[in-house]
Amino acid sequence: MAILTKAAQAGTLESGDAVVTVAPASPGSGIAIDIESLVLLQYGESIRQTVLAVLQQYGLSDVQLKVVDRGALEYALIARTKAAVERAGLAEEVTGHA
Amino acid sequence: MLEVLRSMLFVPGNNPAMLQNAGVFGADAVILDLEDAVAPREKDAARFLVAEALRQVDFKTSARVVRINTLDTGGAEDLRRVVSCAPAAVLVPKVQSASDILAVAGLLETLEQPGQAPVQIIALIETPRGLAEAYSIATVHPRVIALAFGAEDYTAAIGAKRTKEGLEIISARGVLINSAAAAGVAAIDTPFTDINDEAGLRADVALARQLGYKGKLAIHPRQVDLIHEVMNPSVEEIRWAQRVLAVLRQAEQEGAGAVSLDGKMIDAPIELRARHVLKLAENIPAGGAEQ
Amino acid sequence: MKSAVGREVPATVVGYGPVTAYAGAFQTPQPERRYAPMMKQARPGDDKVLGSLAEAFRRIPVKDGMTLSFHHHFRNGDGVLNLVLAVAASLGRKNLNIMISSIFPVHAPLIDHIKSGVVSGLDTNYISGPVGRALSLGVLANPVIMRTHGGRARAIEAGQARVDVAFIAAPACDRYGNVTGTMGPAACGSLGYAMPDAEYADHVVAVTDYLIDYPLAPVSIPQTRVDYVVKVEKIGDPKGIVSGTTTITKDPVGLKIAQSAANVIAASGLLKEGFSFQTGAGGASLAAADYMARIMEKRGISGSFAMGGITGYLVNMLDRGLFKRIIDVQDFDLEAVKSLATNPNHLEVSAGYYANPFNAGCVVNMLDTVILGATEIDTDFNVNVTTGSDGIIMGGSGGHSDAAAGAKMTIIVANLLRGRLPILLDKVLTVTTPGETVDVLVTEHGVAVNPRRNELALRLREAGLPVRDVQELKALAEKMAGVPRTPVFDGRIVGVVEYRDGTLIDVVRQAGG
Repeated sequence: MAILTKAAQAGTLESGDAVVTVAPASPGSGIAIDIESLVLLQYGESIRQTVLAVLQQYGLSDVQLKVVDRGALEYALIARTKAAVERAGLAEEVTGHA
Repeated sequence: MLEVLRSMLFVPGNNPAMLQNAGVFGADAVILDLEDAVAPREKDAARFLVAEALRQVDFKTSARVVRINTLDTGGAEDLRRVVSCAPAAVLVPKVQSASDILAVAGLLETLEQPGQAPVQIIALIETPRGLAEAYSIATVHPRVIALAFGAEDYTAAIGAKRTKEGLEIISARGVLINSAAAAGVAAIDTPFTDINDEAGLRADVALARQLGYKGKLAIHPRQVDLIHEVMNPSVEEIRWAQRVLAVLRQAEQEGAGAVSLDGKMIDAPIELRARHVLKLAENIPAGGAEQ
Repeated sequence: MKSAVGREVPATVVGYGPVTAYAGAFQTPQPERRYAPMMKQARPGDDKVLGSLAEAFRRIPVKDGMTLSFHHHFRNGDGVLNLVLAVAASLGRKNLNIMISSIFPVHAPLIDHIKSGVVSGLDTNYISGPVGRALSLGVLANPVIMRTHGGRARAIEAGQARVDVAFIAAPACDRYGNVTGTMGPAACGSLGYAMPDAEYADHVVAVTDYLIDYPLAPVSIPQTRVDYVVKVEKIGDPKGIVSGTTTITKDPVGLKIAQSAANVIAASGLLKEGFSFQTGAGGASLAAADYMARIMEKRGISGSFAMGGITGYLVNMLDRGLFKRIIDVQDFDLEAVKSLATNPNHLEVSAGYYANPFNAGCVVNMLDTVILGATEIDTDFNVNVTTGSDGIIMGGSGGHSDAAAGAKMTIIVANLLRGRLPILLDKVLTVTTPGETVDVLVTEHGVAVNPRRNELALRLREAGLPVRDVQELKALAEKMAGVPRTPVFDGRIVGVVEYRDGTLIDVVRQAGG
């Protein structure tokens, strides 16, 4: 499993875009996703699934993620999440002292 | 997809709203731009965005081209992100020599997935050195399918003032079209930068067409329709071309040697021009839009 | 019961009364007689000029529960509604019913007047800004009545909406109550929407900041209906009055859509000598008008008339001879105001003349084509311009349903995606304009024609336009954006949507808490 090395952000607040912010979370705390969107009623769950899938691809399990969405399509959400994660930097999780 | 390139529309690579609408303007190609349109600190984010756009966005009838950065300013990283997303071509900026092309071609070969159609190369010539090397750039590798001209940097480099009339680039345009023709690749003209000057654009495209260009770079969606309108063959030209080929077919069936149309001999260049006219005509929508 | 567009409407709505459901665009008959307005009398020597609005309140007198009417030619620059309500509040009036042809952000103080009980009823054709949000969240106990511009004139003429006092925002007025909108610091041009109010209200008060010598000319609202004239310091802010969206859009997608709309008109068979046309004042509509003008010039065609919210662009088309007349209920910029004042071919008409379905002929019936917008459109071509996808009231018909019903060809121009939301749905949240009156949807991804108009679809296809099935366009939108979850609003009814003939086409339910 991977962990984030620091907090980072990608994207803009232009229409059709989104700002995705990721930050490391304490081990075992899981993935917390906070979404702010004008289309929350229609696409809130879809946005959640999209960003979650990206985090899982990277093998991340403890992350705080915030999306401030301005109507971004799925491809843009994926790109912004990937950019945020890569900017934050990935490290191998050090397994606890048994 | 890259056989007809009347218009190639630049789209900023870090702007989702523009990327997802890029296909609606009917340009023959869209150029997803990772170079000038993207601020240096956003290059990484733009690479992800262009890559995902290539995976998911429907660019409709437009061929997908990515303008990368020069290899020493992030171009190699650009290629690593986007090549596997199968763009039809990459537009390589500021090409100075054949070796620049070989370097890009080498990276393409290592990055392409098995079974992927080869990514073509369009060389953007925008320096005096590049122009001097244009023929060898165009012939150094089979992936090179076109030379495109970028006049803004070029004019600055030769110390001339860029004007709308373009007298200062007339010889460069000539050299580029000749190099491309000699190499058997397409030639794409420099963009017209005043997006509000419709008459100026019309005159500029007409001049490019007269010089032999079949395509032009576009920096605004509004330019696309007008470029097509000027680059498209007229109804008279299409009829003429159809008659030329009909006469040739008949001559072939009858085993006749030399043939003529309206008292003029049809030789190889005439046949070539007729075929090109019909190729372009295939891309005009039935009826066509008014204006 | 169900309206003819399949919407559930109750038999009775509390605060509105018994409901007649919408039965079709031309299915409900007119009442037999118009309402007879008050006879009035003034004697020689009577002075109509009063010292203040408060004095007008005392003289009339304005009592609790009365209906006060206003017009919206000042749009977001209107000062009169807020002035009058402030006086009403200071005099302790309660339960007033406010009938105003449109509500804008500048009218936000209305919310506090509702909360304090000064205002308990609202009747309007269009709402933008905070008042719409407050209404949607339930600030008003009674439902807001949403009408069309033509429907409002009809309701007043039929006596279904009875106005006790009409307050006329008067850009220029003489002491005997003649009013024009073409002069003064708050000049707004046509006063068409105020005309039914002036004609039918029991009491009429002209509120002005520009009192000029008798007799004013030309007269839009005549002395014969105006009881009082009140001079105040300022009736409106010119910046808000001529603020409308009056420049052609620069958005390339908007331009693409506008170009397509113009091509649809060119291919429709309607674009010939004597062509008539209405457009909104939005940037995309103006761009469509601009492209259309080029086609008209190329074909050497001149039209009979243009109408709608009038801007400098339409005035320019009149001046170039592309149209012979402008018919004008409302102006959006100073060029339009100036043209109305100086050009005899620029005609000022009332809301009833424009769009009332129950007279012997309104202007919209003479339209060849109209270009309109949409917040949502469904596969039956029903259009919502009343509520946003969050359920919040952010518009209303205005003249939308009227022009759509009248025109031979109604074109809706819209981006296929608005933000991420597909504009094309199985069912719009609120039906403002019924699909039977809508003919073509033009988007950046193609053109859909109402199946009722197959001959038109054929013409457009023959002209090479990208005609697609409406279901196919919807699928394309969903492919790009994903299928949206449909939000359900099942709170109490906070608004009723009246079609132009006075029937109920839909209701608006409370959104959120």
